[in-house]
Amino acid sequence: MIAIIDYGMGNLHSVSKAVERLGYEAVITADPAVIAAADRAILPGVGAFGDAMQNLRETKLDEVAKAYAASGKPMLGICLGMQLLFSESEEYGTNEGLNLLPGKVVRFAGDYKIPHMGWNKLSFLQGQSPLFSGLTEGHVYFVHSFHVKPELSSDLLATTDYYQQVTAIVGRGNVYGMQFHPEKSGELGMQLLGNFLKM
Amino acid sequence: MLAKRIIPCLDVKDGRVVKGVNFVNLRDAGDPVELAATYDQEGADELVFLDISASVEGRATMIEVVKRTAGEITIPFTVGGGISHVDDMKRLLRAGADKIGINTAAVLNPTLVKEGSRKFGSQCIVVAIDAKFNAEWGEWEVYTHGGRKTTGIKALEWAREVERLGAGEILLTSMDADGTKDGFDIKLTQAVSDSLGIPVIASGGAGRIEHFNDVFQQAHADAALAATIFHYKEMTIREVKDDLRLKGVEVR
Repeated sequence: MIAIIDYGMGNLHSVSKAVERLGYEAVITADPAVIAAADRAILPGVGAFGDAMQNLRETKLDEVAKAYAASGKPMLGICLGMQLLFSESEEYGTNEGLNLLPGKVVRFAGDYKIPHMGWNKLSFLQGQSPLFSGLTEGHVYFVHSFHVKPELSSDLLATTDYYQQVTAIVGRGNVYGMQFHPEKSGELGMQLLGNFLKM
Repeated sequence: MLAKRIIPCLDVKDGRVVKGVNFVNLRDAGDPVELAATYDQEGADELVFLDISASVEGRATMIEVVKRTAGEITIPFTVGGGISHVDDMKRLLRAGADKIGINTAAVLNPTLVKEGSRKFGSQCIVVAIDAKFNAEWGEWEVYTHGGRKTTGIKALEWAREVERLGAGEILLTSMDADGTKDGFDIKLTQAVSDSLGIPVIASGGAGRIEHFNDVFQQAHADAALAATIFHYKEMTIREVKDDLRLKGVEVR
């Protein structure tokens, strides 16, 4: 069973449907026991970093997510959910994250269109990652105004190019994150999600 | 580089696609969900559903269409048509829509743009603008109610205003070009796209394959929307993308 952690941020329906289409049972849940028992956990999210962390803390799901990561079972953060895995964000003041991976979430700044919204091409930096097994680089769907600067390049699995190198996929051990929406990214998105679920 | 997007638009009334659709392999060419899945497979980057139902029942049916679509397709989709309250937006987003399109309601009540973007995020709010050249002004005017009512509002000013209010994207339809098949309105699209910091989807006028290249390269649109040419199989999305790729435009 795949737990989709429900902490009151964003639409979880599409993620859940995508998991089901790949042949797995998906449960949208805020129940710590259900999450702890799941084979995989997905931390989705759309919205502001500070609000998300506040919701996670109020529901104690921050501790649940950290415990899940420590359990060694594969966990995936999507979009804001990926950003929450990091140490801190500068979105509306400085906010602490789950601190599972070292790095900062910073705002896009420059003379270009923000949010970074639409289909952009992935570059696989660590092609041997099981996440990329059988896949070739292609376009996936991004929507975000902030992006992650990981402290360690070893945590960076794939990037995209939007007026700078932008973190697209991160991973260390059993903890993974995707900045784009795999559930909205056509066939490649479904394959990436599928590879995560297969791990 | 961000890819330029090709977006088919489906007019839906009481849960059925209304404009004639010419797909041979569909079991039910009137089913918006099946058609959406077909466009997804053909390489559409996004979809737009325009709900033209006039009744409460018709609108309730749209929620079901959205729910079913969200379970079937793997690309983002926008729902527009008759949405005038934040509660309407919430229902559609919860049902699985990625973005909400508002047009007349935004003109009548601009705070709707602000409320919607604050509550759900700018990326969810697409403001649709129907514009027509006003020769007296020497620039474009905003029309509402499906192009039937003039507003006295300048399209460029309105586009800047909705960006300020929090719109994440503009769906810009040229009433002058719409239905002509003579190409997108390059001047209008360029004027709006170059003066905004948010993406612009150009709509109206697509008739030939090179029109897409024109609207991206000359008018700097971020996406192009079309209905008839795709529905009637005058060209496929793949063909459009192959042509764009040859001409050096980044596509998926």
